[in-house]
Amino acid sequence: MLPLLGFLIGIILGLIIPYNIPPVYSPYMSVAILAALDSVFGGIRSTMEHKFDTMIFITGFFGNALLAAGLAYIGDRLGVPIYLAAIFTFGSRLFQNFAYIRRYALEYIKKSNK
Amino acid sequence: MRVKTGHIAIALVCVVLGIMLSMQFKIIKSGGAVTIQRIEDLTAQIKALEKERNDLREEVKSLETKINQFELSASQTNTAIEIMKKDLENAKLLAGLTDVEGPGIIVTLNDSKRSIKPGEDPNLFLIHDDDLLKVLNELRAAGAEAISLNEQRIVSTTEIRCVGPTINVNSIRFAPPYVFKAIGNPDNLEAALKLRGGVIDTLEYWGIEVSIKKADRIVIPKYTGSLKFEYAKPVIEGASR
Repeated sequence: MLPLLGFLIGIILGLIIPYNIPPVYSPYMSVAILAALDSVFGGIRSTMEHKFDTMIFITGFFGNALLAAGLAYIGDRLGVPIYLAAIFTFGSRLFQNFAYIRRYALEYIKKSNK
Repeated sequence: MRVKTGHIAIALVCVVLGIMLSMQFKIIKSGGAVTIQRIEDLTAQIKALEKERNDLREEVKSLETKINQFELSASQTNTAIEIMKKDLENAKLLAGLTDVEGPGIIVTLNDSKRSIKPGEDPNLFLIHDDDLLKVLNELRAAGAEAISLNEQRIVSTTEIRCVGPTINVNSIRFAPPYVFKAIGNPDNLEAALKLRGGVIDTLEYWGIEVSIKKADRIVIPKYTGSLKFEYAKPVIEGASR
């Protein structure tokens, strides 16, 4: 529940903050969001596997987001769509993580029913 | 306990994620970067609106014929109205709201077909709005009484303006060739254009194809748009201030 609450608080904060990111950076922002989303799913999965490590999670979150945005920026300068790489990796990992989470959640429900 | 700290960390990260997401939403909402999809949308909108405009123009035409019929039937009953109708017709003639015919010239302008040498600016070999305006100006100066460009009557509100690779006349887009029709003394009109060092001389220097044809009978269509003044009001002479 706590993550969901945090998510809502974040959305509200973002809407309240009067500062706007210039539209030029919107593509980098979207790649960074994808990376962040992947990290969150990864974090939830590792929590379910009881392997969660806060440091790995936090560095992964910011590191991935920055790297993805940076790659997208460099790709734009070079005229090579590097951001596609970020979208593919994070996108496929997102689904993988979700699949694991689903499996763990289903097992958990089965166990508690017995 | 370990799980608990994990939850807090995920929650914090979710806060950041939420901020990023809502910021991105705001960007998209405020118009955002122009995507190809949006360009396509807008193009479709323009096309739809243009069609609507054409339909409305048709409607204007049919309504105008109705007005004419009313005027005709009214004038048959009253001589006072007859006089007013004559005045009206005169005013319409001057304002370009009636089709007119008479002797004059037809001027056709086309882009240069000369091959461009490297280093030369290709823009110089295309027809621009100022070229057309110069020709128009010359025609008017030579006493043309009615002028049309590509069948668009030139009236007091007509614009001739480059829009991308095309030229707008009466808010309608045209591509070369551009055909001027002018009613007036054909000899005077031709002479004015063909003046040595004049407008045609300059255009032909850049290879722009110009042909002038004199004709005994030219029909120039009336202005089909709507003429409405929103700001200008007539000043009544002698009225108290």
